[in-house]
Amino acid sequence: MTQPVAPANPNAWMIGTRKGAWALRRTGTGPADWTADEPWFFGCQVHHVVQDPRGAGTILASVKTGHLGPTVYRSTDGGKSWKESGRPPRFKTPEQYAGSPLPDDDPRRKGRTVDHVFFLAPGHASTPGLWYAGTSGIGLFRSGDDGVTWDAVDTFNDLPDLRKWAYDFSELTPDGSKCHSVQVHPEHADRLLLGLSGGGIFVSNDAGKSWEPVNLGVAMDFAPPKTDGTEYEYGHDPHDVVVHPANPDRWYHQNHCGIYRLDNAPGAPRRWHRIGEAMPKDVGDIGFPMTCHPRDPDTCWVVPMDGGTVWPRTSVGGKPAVFRTKDGGATWQRQDKGLPPRAWYTVFRQAMAHDGRDPLGLAFGTTSGDVWFSSDLGDRWHSIARHLPKIHNVTAGRLA
Amino acid sequence: MSVRVRLAALLHSYTGGADVVEADGTTVGAVMDALDRRYPGIAFRVIDEQGRVRRHVNVFVGEESARERSSPVPPGAEVFIVGALSGG
Repeated sequence: MTQPVAPANPNAWMIGTRKGAWALRRTGTGPADWTADEPWFFGCQVHHVVQDPRGAGTILASVKTGHLGPTVYRSTDGGKSWKESGRPPRFKTPEQYAGSPLPDDDPRRKGRTVDHVFFLAPGHASTPGLWYAGTSGIGLFRSGDDGVTWDAVDTFNDLPDLRKWAYDFSELTPDGSKCHSVQVHPEHADRLLLGLSGGGIFVSNDAGKSWEPVNLGVAMDFAPPKTDGTEYEYGHDPHDVVVHPANPDRWYHQNHCGIYRLDNAPGAPRRWHRIGEAMPKDVGDIGFPMTCHPRDPDTCWVVPMDGGTVWPRTSVGGKPAVFRTKDGGATWQRQDKGLPPRAWYTVFRQAMAHDGRDPLGLAFGTTSGDVWFSSDLGDRWHSIARHLPKIHNVTAGRLA
Repeated sequence: MSVRVRLAALLHSYTGGADVVEADGTTVGAVMDALDRRYPGIAFRVIDEQGRVRRHVNVFVGEESARERSSPVPPGAEVFIVGALSGG
């Protein structure tokens, strides 16, 4: 599936936060008529809550606490009850690397640990029960039993090149380097796209058996220009990558260094184009989320943040705004009606989603604990929850 | 050999609210394995996949800190599992 996923006929927004998860449910027909349930996993760090649009609609939640290690919970009754995964994602031990072709000094041989499960992705529509999970430290895992047990994708996690792609597995980015944006091509079940922060974007055409970088055209202003004049092939910092569900040959991504689009064409090299160049210069094109209209490949939304000076990562100039393009990034429109005139929050990469409905509903959550909703493609925003903990994630759900 | 294990509140969701339980084992790892058989999932929250007590969890055997699965648990000792003064 491409993200964000939304089940048919959703009736709630699921909000993952630093201190638990909340479901926001409709209390009326007005755009601001929503109320928050009592929390799931109160006090725990919830990075992602995702409902499977396939089959019975299993919901998975990635959960850890400030003290305890990471796990995955699953609900098969629309969020009424939760049961912990029998075997959450975990890396191999040194003993399991006996006989590995990795060199002796490879950090993986010492044994890595999953700090948290960051990203949960249902597999292709033709593979019910298959899920992927991206973790911090950087790793990819799969479950073939609807999230009950998880296995490492060795063909990614133990790939010799991954060491150089992922900066020797050093923890570079705030809250740890991570594998995110696991995208499953809707027309080719074996084609997967990953984002690594930091590391770049990587594609597999054989269900994860082999991988290649797809980063040409992407800026990397945190590294010196290469002396031979060529481009870096990896080491980039994508924040949110999307294979467009309505045109899977079109990929978008929000990067640490701009907003990009790539149109795959037979025989042509894959190269990203910085569509963020068309953003207003006083706003820039730095941000986290990249949210695409599920039926219109030319329409998507971003939430710019201040990536200047010391990287405050807050609303640019303290003036929150969403920006929308309706022409594939050729032009952008500021959408701030309803939003506060001054505020200093961040919207994380998994904290903006659509509900798949027609007309489309959009929502985003902020680090200051507010959730904003639009029923008119972002033309006006309505506050639907306030004073929640720091929001990691917003997704649509169909709850019991 | 059965030992007494005292659990801080952050693990009570696994034990149905019990703060003191009994478990068999002569090492921290064996005690955790025994707990995990009764309370599935509890061990991985406390000890990572490399056999180390997680950074923000403290395990004491008696009054001594124990950070490895192999740390011994002598007969009659009490095991105390708590959140460290860190980690939120």
